Amino acid sequence: MSDPVIKACSHVLIHVPSLVRYGSKPSREIDDGMSPVLSAIETHLRSFEEAVTYPPNQVVIGNLHPDHLNDIEKPWYRSPVEGASRYGAYGEIMPEEEFLGLMKLADDFDLMWIGKETAPMLRGSLQTHPFRKDLDSGKIEGGVEMARILERIQNHGSLPLYHRGCVVGCMHRHHDKDDALKAQVLMENLVTKASGALALMHLLKKADIEATDIDLLLNCSEEAVGDRYNRGGGGLAKAIGEMCGCVSATGCDIKAFCVGPLYALMHAVGLVTSGLFKKIVVVGGGSLAKLGMKFKGHLAKDMPILEDVLGGLAFLVTGDDGESPLVRMDSVGKHDIGSGSSQQSIMESLVLKPLDRMGKKITDVDKYAVELQNPEVTAPAGSGNVPLTNYRMIGALAVLRKEIEREEIDRFVLEHGMPGFSPTQGHIPAAVSFLGHAIAAIKRGKMNNAMFVARGSLFLGRMTQLSDGLSFLIEKNPGGRVPNPL
Amino acid sequence: MDTEKQTIIKKLVDEMGIQDLVVVIGAADPEVAQVTAETVTFGDPSFAGPLAGVSLRLPVYHILEPEVKKAVPQDVYQEQAGFMELVADTEEIGKRFKEIRNRIQEAEHSA
Repeated sequence: MSDPVIKACSHVLIHVPSLVRYGSKPSREIDDGMSPVLSAIETHLRSFEEAVTYPPNQVVIGNLHPDHLNDIEKPWYRSPVEGASRYGAYGEIMPEEEFLGLMKLADDFDLMWIGKETAPMLRGSLQTHPFRKDLDSGKIEGGVEMARILERIQNHGSLPLYHRGCVVGCMHRHHDKDDALKAQVLMENLVTKASGALALMHLLKKADIEATDIDLLLNCSEEAVGDRYNRGGGGLAKAIGEMCGCVSATGCDIKAFCVGPLYALMHAVGLVTSGLFKKIVVVGGGSLAKLGMKFKGHLAKDMPILEDVLGGLAFLVTGDDGESPLVRMDSVGKHDIGSGSSQQSIMESLVLKPLDRMGKKITDVDKYAVELQNPEVTAPAGSGNVPLTNYRMIGALAVLRKEIEREEIDRFVLEHGMPGFSPTQGHIPAAVSFLGHAIAAIKRGKMNNAMFVARGSLFLGRMTQLSDGLSFLIEKNPGGRVPNPL
Repeated sequence: MDTEKQTIIKKLVDEMGIQDLVVVIGAADPEVAQVTAETVTFGDPSFAGPLAGVSLRLPVYHILEPEVKKAVPQDVYQEQAGFMELVADTEEIGKRFKEIRNRIQEAEHSA
């Protein structure tokens, strides 16, 4: 049986400056009330145009190759891309007013109220979107009187929703005493559902298939849907699929911190190979909690708060179509419980073991995709350049294997790695943010293969000291095989 | 440096004093290592943790500096730090840590 393929993918960003205050770090700092944090945040937010022309964001949606960032003067936020478009080969950068409308369309329980003055604007903004035919913007309806919204905010635990500095609506809680259904949590979940749905809509268009053809959805977002009896035990896969008309699909969620998308893809390729499902979507929405996570570092450097975008991704896994890159089933690298937690043993498990199994050298892989966090976001907050450290580790393994000399590590990093470009949205930068570029380059014959290596911080949940990780390799489809009847 | 680690360092200092206490940092990224080192010497730059405004001036070294390497049995060092020695920019790290130790000395002289 031939290996399955990743047939299509989408990568989206949503610029939501007014939601930055609801990121975990900003909201805690604002609640402390020790300093005028909120006004400092507001004066360091970017306009939509600044977010669109920001070079790393153009890389995410496919208008620039990651390697181009090596040629762009730093800081990147002072080097806008001329003629940048909000639409790209893999998706789009959506502005806030459209996304607020999309959130309302995702709201099946009237959790979100939009003011009467704002509702027509949100409806109108969605009516100009390329997907307007698929979006029932009529659901936004006429909106609610602002006095009622303010009363709910003041007396009933609802959270105000802002746009351009004004209250335009609110998000309600759904239970007085249930922390899993309080307004902040429901807002997080609704944001993830809506951004995941946007990614899925793009995927269906790119793949040029009917929503009804999908038979399984795996959601790998980082939210925790549930109620007081099963916090985080619920799921969004079917909610996202329902919003996009995937009526023939079932679905569930796969969670594994940052490695979630890789575990979901691993399940997808396994299930397609087994024949149990034929067209599987892996989808992930954005993380509200991670907005503004490093904002203090950005304020200290008097630079814009760059964590003002949500991410979203979606991948379509099917049987061999004779042209899309194959996911080599013998390439899955895993970090076993007994593997050891040193950096070296993690990398050996994820990179060397699968390469040995395939009879490949480290330098046989054209590009490695590791955690691709944008260093311009992380370095000012003291978190360093995550992808660079990971690439140097793979380079060091190549030195130990005598494939390259120690002096060649920098060149190895340049040729087999890439600068980080992805927003710090946990699962979004986890290697797979390069999938769009990798599939395109392999299909065009510019690359033969790419390895995706993601690591997760299991210890953050305080139930184990273990780390986690997973990897896989995709490679050029030799073609000529009889395509699976899809 | 997260607040948990800052709490541990602060507790050690409170219990043992700063004499005979040396902090060894392990982060491979020079920027991260520097911020961590500065936190235990000059205080938490983000003013968020227990070391906010606390200038401990503890002598600070990086695990990949020759002074530390000499103090550890070679086989143990190779096993535990050999790989990261290949990964990290040891020259840059050494430069930054020397500069921090010089600043501690200057601060002590001017105190």
